[in-house]
Amino acid sequence: MLKQTEGSHAIAESVALCRPKVICAYPITPQTHIVEGLGEMVKAGELADCEFINVESEFAALSVAIGSSAAGVRTYTATSSQGLLFMAEAVYNASGLGLPIVMTIGNRAIGAPINIWNDHSDSMSMRDAGWIQLYAETNQEALDLHIQAFRLAEELSCPVMVCMDGFILTHAYERVDVPSQSEVDAFLPPFEPRQVLDPAEPVTIGAMVGPEAFTEVRYLAHHKQMRALERIPALAAEFERRFGRASGGLIRPYRTEGAETIVVALGSVNGTIQEVVDEMREAGVAIGSVAITSFRPFPLAALREALMHAKRVVVLEKCLAVGLGGIVSDGVRKALSGIQLNGYTVVAGLGGRAITRASLKRLFEEAGRDALEAVTFLDLNTDLVAHELDREAGTRRSGPTAEALLKRLGTVSARIG
Amino acid sequence: MEMQTVRFYQTGTFTVGNRLLAPHERSVQAEAQRANALTSGHRACQGCGEALGARYAIDAAMRATGGKIVAVNATGCLEVFSTPYPETSWQIPWIHSLFGNAAAVASGVAAAMRRKGTDDVRVIAQGGDGGTTDIGFGCLSGMFERNDDVLYLCYDNEAYMNTGVQRSSATPPAARTATTPAMGPEPGNVFGTGKNVPLIAVAHQIPYVATASVANLRDLEYKVTRAMEFRGARYVHIHVPCPLGWGSAPADTIKVARAAVESGLFPLFEAVNGEIVSSTKIRRRTPTADYLRLQKRFAHLFQPGGEARLAHIQAIAERNIVKFGLEGTGA
Amino acid sequence: MDKPFAITLDVGTSLANKTGSWRTTRPVYVDRLPPCNDACPAGENVQGWLFHAEAGDYEAAWRLLVRDNPMPAVMGRVCYHPCEGACNRGTIDAAVGINSVERFLGDLAIRRGWRLDAPAESTGKRVLVVGAGPSGLSAAYHLRRAGHAVKIVEAGPAAGGMMRFGIPKYRLPRDVLDTEIRRILDIGVEIELNRKVTDVRAEREAGGFDAAFLAVGAHIGKRAYIPAGAAARIVDAVSVLRGMEGEEKPMLGRRVVVYGGGNTAIDVARTAKRLGATEAIIVYRRTREKMPAHDFEVEEALQEGVLIKWLSTIKNVAGEATLTVEKMALDDKGYPQPTGEFETLEADSLVLALGQDVDLSLLDGVPGLVIRDGVVEVGPNMMTGHPGIFAGGDMVPSERTVTVAVGHGKQAARHIDAWLSGGEWRPPARHEIAKAENLNPWYYADAPKTVRPMLDALRRTSTFDEVQGGLDEGNALFEARRCLSCGNCFECDNCYGVCPDNAVIKLGEGRRYRFNLDYCKGCGICASECPCGAIRMEPERN
Ligand SMILES: Cc1cc2nc3c(=O)[nH]c(=O)nc-3n(C[C@H](O)[C@H](O)[C@H](O)COP(=O)(O)OP(=O)(O)OC[C@H]3O[C@@H](n4cnc5c(N)ncnc54)[C@H](O)[C@@H]3O)c2cc1C
Ligand SMILES: Cc1ncc(C[n+]2csc(CCOP(=O)(O)OP(=O)(O)O)c2C)c(N)n1
Ligand code: SF4
Ligand SMILES: [Mg+2]
Repeated sequence: MLKQTEGSHAIAESVALCRPKVICAYPITPQTHIVEGLGEMVKAGELADCEFINVESEFAALSVAIGSSAAGVRTYTATSSQGLLFMAEAVYNASGLGLPIVMTIGNRAIGAPINIWNDHSDSMSMRDAGWIQLYAETNQEALDLHIQAFRLAEELSCPVMVCMDGFILTHAYERVDVPSQSEVDAFLPPFEPRQVLDPAEPVTIGAMVGPEAFTEVRYLAHHKQMRALERIPALAAEFERRFGRASGGLIRPYRTEGAETIVVALGSVNGTIQEVVDEMREAGVAIGSVAITSFRPFPLAALREALMHAKRVVVLEKCLAVGLGGIVSDGVRKALSGIQLNGYTVVAGLGGRAITRASLKRLFEEAGRDALEAVTFLDLNTDLVAHELDREAGTRRSGPTAEALLKRLGTVSARIG
Repeated sequence: MEMQTVRFYQTGTFTVGNRLLAPHERSVQAEAQRANALTSGHRACQGCGEALGARYAIDAAMRATGGKIVAVNATGCLEVFSTPYPETSWQIPWIHSLFGNAAAVASGVAAAMRRKGTDDVRVIAQGGDGGTTDIGFGCLSGMFERNDDVLYLCYDNEAYMNTGVQRSSATPPAARTATTPAMGPEPGNVFGTGKNVPLIAVAHQIPYVATASVANLRDLEYKVTRAMEFRGARYVHIHVPCPLGWGSAPADTIKVARAAVESGLFPLFEAVNGEIVSSTKIRRRTPTADYLRLQKRFAHLFQPGGEARLAHIQAIAERNIVKFGLEGTGA
Repeated sequence: MDKPFAITLDVGTSLANKTGSWRTTRPVYVDRLPPCNDACPAGENVQGWLFHAEAGDYEAAWRLLVRDNPMPAVMGRVCYHPCEGACNRGTIDAAVGINSVERFLGDLAIRRGWRLDAPAESTGKRVLVVGAGPSGLSAAYHLRRAGHAVKIVEAGPAAGGMMRFGIPKYRLPRDVLDTEIRRILDIGVEIELNRKVTDVRAEREAGGFDAAFLAVGAHIGKRAYIPAGAAARIVDAVSVLRGMEGEEKPMLGRRVVVYGGGNTAIDVARTAKRLGATEAIIVYRRTREKMPAHDFEVEEALQEGVLIKWLSTIKNVAGEATLTVEKMALDDKGYPQPTGEFETLEADSLVLALGQDVDLSLLDGVPGLVIRDGVVEVGPNMMTGHPGIFAGGDMVPSERTVTVAVGHGKQAARHIDAWLSGGEWRPPARHEIAKAENLNPWYYADAPKTVRPMLDALRRTSTFDEVQGGLDEGNALFEARRCLSCGNCFECDNCYGVCPDNAVIKLGEGRRYRFNLDYCKGCGICASECPCGAIRMEPERN
């Protein structure tokens, strides 16, 4: 059924269609609307046979989810930013125990300075926590990915994060096609846990493992994700067959045939990138783009295949590995190992800074001339930075950087959304 | 209280068993067919009170529920000594997640049981004092406040034992730990610090709160059993001496625990819906010094200059005796 | 279940980890000798029979008791119960009322008509027993049970010895005594009354006895030299008490003075009271503390109005009724010394209760005997210097009590039994005694001793009704359950319960426990929490 609705609400509906039995969450912008929507559905009885648990922290939220999942019921939670970090210990634990929890990340920057707006620093911080990470490009895809995520998680006994850009997607009103319950039921069978806490068949879950077997345990976790590399495209294909639209998969190349320049990015920014690609293609520039949907497992082979014929690859990242540059770029470079081409890392959209078509076009043109630095900060206010560096050099007790920048920006702050 | 109304027998109901009692009046631990939920082969130190307390409590819960329990265990000695791969000592469905989240994981298990329509399966969360009163306190309070259907068992050995005896908020004043050495003008743990989680639990007005000790098996079993009669959040805080951390003889584990109770330092009480409803009376009043002297962690108190701190501890016990009504007869 | 590798484990798998290898000391179950058993002159397994009584199985209790002592109803009345003095419960509150439970069992057996077990198969041996006092009866009982033919020859008109002709009725009703004696005779002990054995060797030969046990007691009242006129009425205590069994009760008059400080003195004074004396005064040389009579007997006598003059000796009797009494004072060694202070007492009769001598005439000319201080020496096997002639009770050197006499009878029977088959009886090795410090008394419920009911004072001085009542079933059970079972496992399950390693195996009722040394880490909690001290920690042998 087609609906004009807020992204968060679309997700809530999608999750509800997956018939979770336990939902627990702790509020944090921009995740709030998702769980509010679910809470309402549970209260109203629309989402029957489901517990909605208001917990006291994200750490508890994921911990409750660990408990209910281990006890054999389908479990969902959602968070963002600080919340994800607050539950960090449990994030690793859930995957270590092989619990097929699905968690939405409404992607948001991490403080300090505290910032409620979108970038990917939060989910990227958990990239090696053993979860599968899927990044949605649109609200429709986000909706669809949740349905696929439960199926994937439960098939593999591995938790899945569905990452969607905070505000840009979570708070955007768009038209989405909400599938029917029967369609979802046909795609997503009831949860059959791999292991369950049951007095009829008692087991000890969560043993302490020493050096004699820890590597093997880790290897098996890795192996599970390697299997996911096969299952993700297969599920996307099945999904497309049943629901009549393409969603998910490992990567989504866009106009890469004959492209000399290929832009790689995650999430909603791909929409903007594709618009710029279209515009530049019209102007005769051989450019294309690739959206990475599955960041974990990282689709090395698919990316290599998609990128190997280009002259240059621009990786546009909504997060920063401080002291290094790009995170996604690392993976991309690995995918292209042995292939000589120019690679550029562009850090963009941090803390909600708008990524405009104009800036992107300028950027891609520079890339086309191979005039980019190895690491570029898109739309960096170089004056502001230079002034602050001067000031800091001048006084030992220079005070907090963020405040100083904001003070100086005063008049221009409105420009940055 | 029930066990005090039992007719007089040679040993009353103080021993584990009593051949003269009807089988249903015997302790769970007396049963040849007891669950032995925590079975042999675990790696707890010799004379570990926590190993003993855990079996006492879980076996009682097993009897009370007809064997239908699931346990969630916080990180700590109990978890480490019972489940090193490839062997587990547990005979019940059991999960270990993290140090600080046992209560929350248990909330999740309970929610799942409700949704599966199997809420005859009762959920227990358990952890050490550190995992309960410190790092797990947020989750514990949340579980209480939501009145989730979980029995939380805290095995209080008064420090972080698994990491080598560091101070926790349950460490008593004057106790020497690795982080409160017996040095300086105020040797050992500082007086006037720490928190009383059983009373904090009472303040949550949850259905049932009790303190228990490995030295009083019947009382402990009664409390676990009673706790199982309630739905909602329940808390039983069990005093379990740690020979390693306390510097007591392994053979003295129960003796030490008994002295804590009989001196008034570890009051045994029960509270229902936020009101303290009974306390277990001291049978043979013991001076606190007799308790402290059994433990090397308090050795500095018996050196010259320790008198004032000894007196302070005695005063704490006496305040407990008045506050919890630990003297006298009856329930 | 498709369990994930390493993280999820099958329950109970730690049984593969044998933690017993950590052990440096190991627990061992021991049986220690309960102090009551140790103290019982009759060698009763006190703790053993209390164990059955605790469970309310009185017949089993009684049967175990009579294996050692065939007269519990008598013992429960007249035994001075040294067991209670040794009882470890005395260090907690008060000793277990062993004696009162014994009496309860004895009385119950009489009420229920329980019979003693039939004797073992006949051995074809014949044993002569001389004297049907407690010692003779006990020996006869044990010998008969062992399958020997036993004949008692008794000088008196009825069996019982001092139990009948000494101990007054108000302490030992005769129907009780009669029943318990009859029960012994009923297992096939032959008795001939009213015949005094005058020559034991002749008797043995004539009857074809393979052995003889002599238990003639001590019946000759000791005299003291007291100048007295011919009119003075001076009698000895044993005669008075024996007279109580005849048709004619002794005539003692209204004012009776008893001279002596033993239990006999007390008994005779109390008897005098009951016979109508308005005054019964005991004159004794020393102080109350030094008096050989038991304190409770002195107390009961005082309650009944008996008067006692301490530190006094009788110098003479003037005329019919005037006694001169000299006051004594204790010297620094605690001996009474004359002071030269005199007073007079009026008395219708003076009863001498100064102890008894043994009539050894039946042993005249028997070679090999050693007689010292008027009693016959016996070896550890109760045999006199003459082969085949054994002796016990008051006639041999030892404490003179019914219980000692019974014990001698039992021991002699065992030795005779062995001697008859050419062997030697060796008592089983004695376990070390269970001392109070072996116990963990915390586990025993607080339980004050049950007090036996006493007859009211008026009836005590006017009748010969029994003074001390017995326990009823309720309080006998309670009293039995006060037993701590010192040194012997009573299956309280403490070890089974308190082991942090589940290393104690419960073998089931009556079969106690076993340590599972595969897992026992040797922590020793079981030993320190064993209430009765039945576990000992021993260094692990490598
Ligand atoms: C007044 C009094 C009160 C006592 N009270 C107690 C008491 O409360 N508790 C206690 O434990 N003890 C008491 N005693 C002591 C106790 O009675 C004796 O120690 C005990 O009876 C000794 O037993 P026996 O078998 O050695 O001798 P006896 O009981 O003296 O029995 C000896 C028997 O042998 C018979 N006899 C003697 N010579 C011959 C012979 N030549 N031929 C055949 N038969 C013979 C006698 O007639 C007598 O029946 C009391 C003693 C007296 C005198
Ligand atoms: C988040 C976290 N912090 C610290 C630890 C280290 N740690 C493991 S067990 C433990 C002590 C446990 O103490 P307590 O809960 O009192 O249990 P005990 O070992 O004394 O029984 C600590 C500090 C951990 N595992 N996780
Ligand atoms: S350190 Fe203490 S709590 Fe831990 S196993 Fe040893 S005795 Fe038990
Ligand atoms: Mg601890």
